Amino acid sequence: MTRIDRRQFVGSALAATALTGMPALAQGEPIRIAYIDPLSGPFANVGDNGLKQFQFEAARINASGGINGRKMEVVGFDNKTNPKEAIVQLEKAIDQGFRFVSQGNGSSVAAAIIEAVDKHNERNPNQSMLYLNYAAVDPAFTNDKCSFWHFRFDADADMKMAAMTDYLKGLANIKKVYIIGQDYSFGKAVADSAVAMLKIKRPDIEIVGNELHPLGRVRDFVPYITKMRAAGAQAVITGNWGTDMTLLIKAASDTGFNVPFLTYYGGGLGAPTAMGKSAIGLVKQITEWHANIENIGMDQVVTDFKKLHNLDYYYFRVKVMFDMLAAAMKKANSSDPKAVALALEGLEIDTPTGKAMMQKENHQLIQPLYISTFAENVKFDLENTGFGFKTDVRIEGPATVTPTTCRMQRPAA
Amino acid sequence: METIVFSTLNGVLYGLLLFMLSSGLTLIFSMMGVLNFAHASFYMLGAYFAYAIGATTGFWAAMLLAPILVAGVGALVERYGLRNVHRHGHVAELLFTFGIAFLIEEIVKLIWGRNPVPYSPPAVLQQPLFTLWGTQYPSFRVFMMIVAVLMFITLWLMLKKTRIGLIVQAALTHPHMVGHLGHNVPLVFMGVFAVGCGMAALAGVIGGALLVTDPAMALTLGPIVFVVVVVGGMGSLGGAFVASILIGLIQTFAVAVDASLSDLLARFGVMVSNRSDLGRITLAQVAPMLPFLLLVLVLIFRPRGLMGARES
Repeated sequence: MTRIDRRQFVGSALAATALTGMPALAQGEPIRIAYIDPLSGPFANVGDNGLKQFQFEAARINASGGINGRKMEVVGFDNKTNPKEAIVQLEKAIDQGFRFVSQGNGSSVAAAIIEAVDKHNERNPNQSMLYLNYAAVDPAFTNDKCSFWHFRFDADADMKMAAMTDYLKGLANIKKVYIIGQDYSFGKAVADSAVAMLKIKRPDIEIVGNELHPLGRVRDFVPYITKMRAAGAQAVITGNWGTDMTLLIKAASDTGFNVPFLTYYGGGLGAPTAMGKSAIGLVKQITEWHANIENIGMDQVVTDFKKLHNLDYYYFRVKVMFDMLAAAMKKANSSDPKAVALALEGLEIDTPTGKAMMQKENHQLIQPLYISTFAENVKFDLENTGFGFKTDVRIEGPATVTPTTCRMQRPAA
Repeated sequence: METIVFSTLNGVLYGLLLFMLSSGLTLIFSMMGVLNFAHASFYMLGAYFAYAIGATTGFWAAMLLAPILVAGVGALVERYGLRNVHRHGHVAELLFTFGIAFLIEEIVKLIWGRNPVPYSPPAVLQQPLFTLWGTQYPSFRVFMMIVAVLMFITLWLMLKKTRIGLIVQAALTHPHMVGHLGHNVPLVFMGVFAVGCGMAALAGVIGGALLVTDPAMALTLGPIVFVVVVVGGMGSLGGAFVASILIGLIQTFAVAVDASLSDLLARFGVMVSNRSDLGRITLAQVAPMLPFLLLVLVLIFRPRGLMGARES
């Protein structure tokens, strides 16, 4: 009981401050985004880095005059990477009058938020919420489980795999591929999608191994590397993240197994430090951006962000997301979530990397993707290691589009 | 052939790392009856200390200093913590070490952060030592094997051939008698605890550089160390050595062998589709479970372990 009392107390206190603040702001009241991601617990570093970047982008937009005369504001809510806690925080944000919510870490959390936002909007059509997803990549969110109130600004896992396999299509000398992943839903999804896409794009490629290892339990990956070598693998595809990825790369490098590793999270927070020199030339990642893409005018942003927070600028897509949001609000001349959502549909803007377009039929952002390799002597390094990524190929937006099964239910006008 | 040679090498290597980690625990466990849950945390401390010290002194000095420092921490924990808790029985001790493990983990996170730290072996040991069938074998791995074997020999000689070893062994089985003979048994206990922690730290100095130095490293190796101690037999250094190598080999070969449960059952004439939930489980996926299966079996059929000196 005491817990609930305290929470209610805090809630009412916050509501009171919000109320007292309101009349003074009236016209110029800020457009507020609730950032619901881990700010404590094992993934706090990731969530914290994201929040800083959200606030950085909001400040940039405010410095250029804001949107329709209003400022943007981002407030962090700690969901502890837990779907239930995320819903509690979402309700808190709704009570405080937030109309925009953003989250990215963990597809299980994202699924819970999508469901809760849908329910809320159905019951409170005049108080609708909009969910901006910047990193949860489960393909279902823009396919079977798509929602009018959800927009995704990161390429989903299938799109990234499509780009990876396209890249392999160009490497004719690779005939044998090994797939390794963590034994849970994401690892399995990556493996299945790799098998399916390789069959179509490179039927001549032989998948010499398709293996799932226990999540976070393997200390020494050398036995796996021995197996890959014995199987004659010429490239490895992996969805591994965290220590499972760094240990895999270390083992490969230790034993001189120099084949390309196509990864999803090669540049994830902590990975460059842990992999260090061992990953040079081995690890490839697929992202919408990295710091060493030349002459696109991002150098100053990277330097400024580093100077301000001593952190690497990582989420280019968050910049795109803020720019698109601003463009949609200007186009609709409103910051009502429904009007903004309708304006976002099919919206196309120019970004430093090229055109970014929000697909109307499933609310998936289409943007150019880059495959890059971990390298020395780069202009911008990661985590002060002296190493960073260098572009191998750029994949144009339209080439990353995958067919969707989404049947969008739009609210009545 | 290649697979067999490399799997053996890898298995022995992993086993030796386990041995370095568990030899200290087996001494502590058998002498003091303390199931030291924090043992793997001292392993982690060893890695972090070596990283921190190594930044100024270089790897070699750190390799010497870090274990000594951790041994000091261990001695303090025993003298001012464990000795007081000891009076309240085994459950209190267990909870105490459990708390220490969490404390160390949180402190490490506070000081060095949650992300891995860039701790790697010195450049001399990063070159490949030899190449077999196109696979390079890094010299650091061989170095690790040498250190582990040296540690085993030193410990064994100390326990079996010196006066200190005699007293330690006597205190192991007859603490009161040794006390009556005028030896300071609490001091012996403190010494053993400190040396045990120091050895875990030495394993950390090497293990941290070989694998990853992050706050989760203690948690992932913690449980398996107990398996080694139980399977090898309490208080038996030789037993811990054999059990470590055995577990290392079992785990490595399980990964190397590409067989699923359905293949195995087919040998016995039972046909299970390899697409069914049970049949598609491969030996490699079962690998991390095998040591614990061994633990359970040993406890049921041979409670004193492979080379255990006493039943308890």
